Amino acid sequence: MTTGKKSVCAERIPMKEQDPKARVKNFNEVPLGYSESEAVLEARRCVQCKKPLCVKGCPVNVNIPEFVGLIANGKFVEAARRIKEDNALPAICGRVCPQETQCEEKCILGKKGSPLAVGNLERFAADFEMARGEFAAPGMRPKNGKKVGVVGSGPAGLTAAGELAKQGFDVTVFEAFHEPGGVLVYGIPEFRLPKEIVRKEINYLEKLGVHLERNFIVGRTATIDGLLNEEGFSAIFVGSGAGLPSFMRIPGENSIGVYSANEYLTRSNLMKAYKEDADTPIIRGRHVVTVGGGNVAMDSARTAARLGAETSSIVYRRTETEMPARSVEIHHAKEEGIIFRLLTNPVAILADAQGFVKAVRCIRMELGAPDDSGRRRPLPVEGSEFDIDCDVVIVAVGNNPHPLIRETAPDIAVSKHGTIVADEADGRTSKKFVYAGGDIVTGAATVILAMGAGKNAAKSIAEDLAK
Amino acid sequence: MPKILKIERLSDLVFRYRIDAPRIAKMRKAGQFVIVRATTEGERIPLTIANANPAEGWIELIFQVAGKSTKILSILREGNEIIDLAGPLGKPTRIARFGRCLCVGGGVGVAPLYPIVNALKAAGNEIVTILAARSSKLLLLENEMGKISNRVIITTDDGSKGGKGFAADAVKQVLAEDEIFDFSVIIGPAMMMKITSAVTVAAGIKTVVSLNPIMIDGTGMCGGCRLTVGGETKFGCVDGPEFDAAKIDWDEMIKRLNGYRGFEIGALEKHNCIVTGRPA
Repeated sequence: MTTGKKSVCAERIPMKEQDPKARVKNFNEVPLGYSESEAVLEARRCVQCKKPLCVKGCPVNVNIPEFVGLIANGKFVEAARRIKEDNALPAICGRVCPQETQCEEKCILGKKGSPLAVGNLERFAADFEMARGEFAAPGMRPKNGKKVGVVGSGPAGLTAAGELAKQGFDVTVFEAFHEPGGVLVYGIPEFRLPKEIVRKEINYLEKLGVHLERNFIVGRTATIDGLLNEEGFSAIFVGSGAGLPSFMRIPGENSIGVYSANEYLTRSNLMKAYKEDADTPIIRGRHVVTVGGGNVAMDSARTAARLGAETSSIVYRRTETEMPARSVEIHHAKEEGIIFRLLTNPVAILADAQGFVKAVRCIRMELGAPDDSGRRRPLPVEGSEFDIDCDVVIVAVGNNPHPLIRETAPDIAVSKHGTIVADEADGRTSKKFVYAGGDIVTGAATVILAMGAGKNAAKSIAEDLAK
Repeated sequence: MPKILKIERLSDLVFRYRIDAPRIAKMRKAGQFVIVRATTEGERIPLTIANANPAEGWIELIFQVAGKSTKILSILREGNEIIDLAGPLGKPTRIARFGRCLCVGGGVGVAPLYPIVNALKAAGNEIVTILAARSSKLLLLENEMGKISNRVIITTDDGSKGGKGFAADAVKQVLAEDEIFDFSVIIGPAMMMKITSAVTVAAGIKTVVSLNPIMIDGTGMCGGCRLTVGGETKFGCVDGPEFDAAKIDWDEMIKRLNGYRGFEIGALEKHNCIVTGRPA
């Protein structure tokens, strides 16, 4: 098939993946990456639009045509460095961004065939540079001697830190846990985002001069006012993340074997319970039920399958159309044998005399009129209760904002939901020289939106501190 | 990394570590805890801060060897560094001038009780302290508690020191002496807290207990430490660790504490086999 002057494929080059039967028994990454020739072939599909719509679809405005053009010409390291001018964490974004609703959705190729595989190419370039390239600092401003503190080392915090370091600030990132990365290390599983990749991206930031303080809980180990007034910080960016897990508030929810997705994934990912000899235990259920329809639910159900569950099911109260998870995650989950029980909602968890889960009682649902979110509201079908036998239940129904910042810095305005009120465009909060972005502002959202917020806040911090 | 300045062995299985931690020493208040990790692959262990000196920049932790992670912690030496130490965490104890306070510590629960008694004393309260243990060898902080209490009552399960009986028996006896209390704080093993607080609550005394539920991160992120208090789900780490004893669903809490017992025993046996070449 040919279009125009170059010979190109109408359809994208698929990325090879581990076979579902094999991968469900290991924690290795599912997609295997492009070879150099695959990457060049895919990159050549880009028509190099004069007014590229893809860039507008990217929350951090990566110059996509430029880096793709570099790949098409075999300049892989240069391509990665071009991305890094706009996005400090390309190996992560190439893997976990929902490109299909952002850059790729806008791609002109998608009108006739499949859109350019921007995410796959970003991942390829970033991995190539990581394996091959030596450290090369991007354009750095001279040090300005001003200290900026960043609360949380998740996607928002890391992005803000990288941008501020490039601007010449002396940046310290405060992380509550023993390992930096936030949701990238405790939440997203190894098979979707290898922790080695996260470590290397963070190493890159450290080479840019970013300091990391682990085991430092802002609000407890020091307060925001303490950092600003006593420790010489000129500004603070709060990117503390989604916070406390929500539960369903149904009977039996505190039975043994009922985990929040946060707990289940933290045990497996951060505390390495997926390894047989880990100190932190995890109940390896034979029959595991995950409640929810987002990416976190898919991660949990797929983790359970890898931990040896005979059945791993997703229970979701609407239909697949309404599921917030990325379609690729739903597809991967189905390939791995995850059972989807749709239009089904838990009403109680049943336990044995010792308090261990034995079943989840569900009710069938049907879709009614659309609700505020525009999705059709699920309504219970009276008298349709039934039990699903299981020994582990994972609750993946979202999070509530952590109360710590609002309790220890009461002069920062919060919404009625408890999220920090910050301007979407510049990250400014109601408190002078305090900025915020990511899930602590928006409620649970995506890695790349958090990164966009971190980048915007870094820009306004640089502006405000230059005054 | 925080350095261990001083180690004391308080009993067979109980250790007191003084640790260089100036930030935590400055910020901590009575009732708060820290998270400790002893090895790079180790569990995150929540331990109540037993004492602190902000001027000298240290905190003290008292812990009992109960599983593999505390066993590994116990073999560290003075001068060693602790890989991870994070805190202070949890809500501080609400300290006020209540009047007469009945403070009850069972086993290693005497360690977290000490800073609370200290703070209650400093706030001008009259203190009656009950120290309970299985036997005299396992009694903790007798001298320290003596210095800050108006009266100390000792009770041991086997009668090897003080009265013979459980903490709850000693509480009943004190109450039978027509002693009137305005406030009570009880810290010890879960079953001891359940039974002992039932006595004080029945006597109409406002009673607070400090819980030690299973935690992973200790910062609110996982919800593993949740329990039911007054019909609502609370998180031990961010809403506690102290709660109104009268409102706790004790049976659920105790079941959850036992949820991983099989794992803990297995891990310790495996560890001991590696260290000593023989089963524990």
